[in-house]
Amino acid sequence: MIEIKNIHKSFGENEVLKGISGKFEAGVTNLIIGGSGSGKTTLLKCMIGLHHPEQGEVFYDDREFTQLSFDERIEIRKEIGMLFQGSALFDSMTVEENIMFPLNMFTDQSRKEKLERVNFCLERVNLEGRNKLFPAELSGGMKKRVGIARAIAMNPKYLFCDEPNSGLDPKTSIVIDELIKELTEEYQTTTIVVTHDMNSVMGIGDYIIFLHEGKKFWEGSNKEISKTDIAELNDFVFASRFMKAAKEKF
Amino acid sequence: MNFTNFGRYLLLLKSVFKRPEKTSIYVKAIFQQMNFIGVGSLGLISIISTFIGAVMTLQIAFQLVSDFIPKTIIGQVNRDSSILELSPTISAIVLAGKIGSAISSEIGTMRVSEQIDALDIMGINAPGYLILPKIIAGITMVPVLVIISMVLSITGGYLGGTLSGAVAPAEYIQGITTDFNTYTINVALTKAFVFGFIITSVPAYEGFYVKGGALEVAQASTRAVVVSCISILACDYLVTQLML
Repeated sequence: MIEIKNIHKSFGENEVLKGISGKFEAGVTNLIIGGSGSGKTTLLKCMIGLHHPEQGEVFYDDREFTQLSFDERIEIRKEIGMLFQGSALFDSMTVEENIMFPLNMFTDQSRKEKLERVNFCLERVNLEGRNKLFPAELSGGMKKRVGIARAIAMNPKYLFCDEPNSGLDPKTSIVIDELIKELTEEYQTTTIVVTHDMNSVMGIGDYIIFLHEGKKFWEGSNKEISKTDIAELNDFVFASRFMKAAKEKF
Repeated sequence: MNFTNFGRYLLLLKSVFKRPEKTSIYVKAIFQQMNFIGVGSLGLISIISTFIGAVMTLQIAFQLVSDFIPKTIIGQVNRDSSILELSPTISAIVLAGKIGSAISSEIGTMRVSEQIDALDIMGINAPGYLILPKIIAGITMVPVLVIISMVLSITGGYLGGTLSGAVAPAEYIQGITTDFNTYTINVALTKAFVFGFIITSVPAYEGFYVKGGALEVAQASTRAVVVSCISILACDYLVTQLML
């Protein structure tokens, strides 16, 4: 479980996060949604320590994270898996080396054991046999799947995904979403997905936080999101004609 | 580099010299970088050093027109100039262009494509993992390249001088073997060590703090080469002043 309390973050004069709190449970897919510039990615980066919030606390299963030094954070970071918006695969390494990298750094497993783990992770994301390809040889969807395979290589307790569907076609987006949901339920990870993709919201949003102008406007599940009367949320959810038509019909 | 940048540079170096997560991975990375910096630059350094030695001999011969000055001086001047100044400094400036821009753009691209963030999230000390192997490879391989450069520069002087008839082979050989002070080698290697550190750490700093995209990576790369060259020349003066 991850809990955030009263997170504030500014860049110069621009206050991006204005006191956000929330609780993200394990085994369910938690979504942070909102329009562009609403502070979703900044909140995610504050949670994982890439940004330092001016105020507020982040708890990883009751372990306070924001006050820890870089060295003290390492133990928690070993339990974190992260899928970046651009996948952030290491260009100079093959798919196999990318996934094996955290295992090489933090485990004393034999080469055979590590290779078995790599193959298991690749199988899990349906990319068996692609071990020797370089990131430049992969499609956008495949890169995301390798990113997920690398994120789960160390059996993380916490999984963060930053815009996992950006730049992907709708069909591949669904594959990635389902994969994230499956892994979350199977390994009981605390998964937090930052997205503005409504298909993801409706498909995998067990618990959703809606951000608008740096504030939390709403929280609930995908079953509740279409029934709210909050204007800002409705503007976001029913932005497309298709969704508007669906709302009018049902 | 203003004072703020210099402070950040020192703080980055502090992070670089932290205890490695896994020594074996760092050792492997060091050998890869030694191959890139050392073996990868050997051809360029060889060509430049040989030609500089040859040109130096011709110019010294052209300027020494007096019959009172023995021709052996040509070899002597070429030897001392090559060892003390030309080989360390010219090699370092050439390497700053070749290696410095490569280091800066490699790390800068990793920064803008979130690869450095990925290292941070994994709990890896990114400055240590990315920069330490480069610095160690730089301070070991640049002195090796400078030694090779000295030999080739003196050899180039022999070839240039004898082929053009500016100096007789025996006179040149006598010149380079007369009154040789081995201390000059110490000065040259000290310079090479310092330059090796600058060539790797300054571009790494410029790349590590890039913000933006492709344009900013290119700008950082240019800045890395300019700042490295200026630092090399300033340190060249400082080391020469201190040691000679």
